[in-house]
Amino acid sequence: MQIDLRTVSITPLRQTFSHVADRLGADKAASRYIEATMDVQPTVNYHYRPTWDPAHELFDAARTQIVMRDWYALKDPRQYYYGAYTQARARMQETAEADFTFVEERGLADRYDDAARRTALDFYVPLRHVAWGANMNGAAMCAYGYGTAITQPCLYAAMDQLGMAQYLTRLGLLLGSQGELEAGKQAWLAAPAWQPLRRYVEDTLVLKDWFELFVAQSVVLDGLLFGLAYKEVDTELSHQAGPVVSMLTRFQAEWFQEHTKWVDTVVKAVAAESEANRALLAGWVVHWRARAREALEPMAQLALETGAAQAALDRVAAVLDARLAKAGLAV
Amino acid sequence: MPNVFIAFQRNEETRPIVEAIVADNPAAVVNEQPAMVKIDAPGRLVIRRTTIEDEIGRDFDLQELQINLITLTGHIDETEDEFVLSWNP
Repeated sequence: MQIDLRTVSITPLRQTFSHVADRLGADKAASRYIEATMDVQPTVNYHYRPTWDPAHELFDAARTQIVMRDWYALKDPRQYYYGAYTQARARMQETAEADFTFVEERGLADRYDDAARRTALDFYVPLRHVAWGANMNGAAMCAYGYGTAITQPCLYAAMDQLGMAQYLTRLGLLLGSQGELEAGKQAWLAAPAWQPLRRYVEDTLVLKDWFELFVAQSVVLDGLLFGLAYKEVDTELSHQAGPVVSMLTRFQAEWFQEHTKWVDTVVKAVAAESEANRALLAGWVVHWRARAREALEPMAQLALETGAAQAALDRVAAVLDARLAKAGLAV
Repeated sequence: MPNVFIAFQRNEETRPIVEAIVADNPAAVVNEQPAMVKIDAPGRLVIRRTTIEDEIGRDFDLQELQINLITLTGHIDETEDEFVLSWNP
């Protein structure tokens, strides 16, 4: 008996979901990000409005003054859907864990310069409360936002902030003791240097317009604070006492690089949509940028000399302005 | 001009690579077979790192191509930015 081997090509009846095909303009294979994102949020068949907000539907584009013809234009350049996001973070976390282990095993924290240790503890430990605020804000943007394209990465950013709060806690425990966390909390609640930033964070917690919240948190505060904390102050501490703190804050520094890619793309798309959007964004940026600058000044001086703190803030502000200008928002 | 070609396994990792090749090489012909995708191009075929990076939204090392590479023809000129197949000496 003879057996003929032959190849049978089975063509699938369709390459992707029809709502995705509509967006792509043809029935062709779509990336998992596109399939896991486009039109995922329900838009119809809401018979009842939420009792906690009868003025709006459960998912309602009117919860912000920003108007988009298509909210799915705000795609994430990193193409994070759940799978891609968790894999990317697992990789970053593995590196960060290795750094923590390295610092612990070599006893680097014990031998760390005491003056630099004090600065690092005073400056970084209270930031975990800022990160927690950012977590709440990210969750709020996800909850009240419109369209999976933007709400999905907002929640990822929220979870990242929670993770970073935990890394800051571990930094405190590694360089100091349990008492440092309590001291950090007291500084956050009472020390004059932290009160302007605490006011900023608490004011953003009650913002109603979720896109204004995006500007206040993800664009402005993250933009200035991460540049200050994980570049300027980090460089100064490395200069004084070697790169131990750089290793312990590596996750934050790497995360910020990636975060800005997403934030800039969103700002660019929203500003390009209409002149009204652009004007709204510009107004919010001007308002929150001034407040953030004011809020960061006193806490920056915990780690830098007065003159150096001003210069550092000028530099991070210039970086943020350049990013915004590139996104079509020169303000 | 004789063709050069490159063939990859057909999967989620190579789909954006193929899309990048099509974007960069208007003359390329994509031949999708079961489990394999073969791309022919007259004379020259270029694979650009930046185009692939735009497709996948992350950094890409052109050597990652090798994981799903089945076969190719042509002289290879490989840099960090481009992987070029051609019959030019």
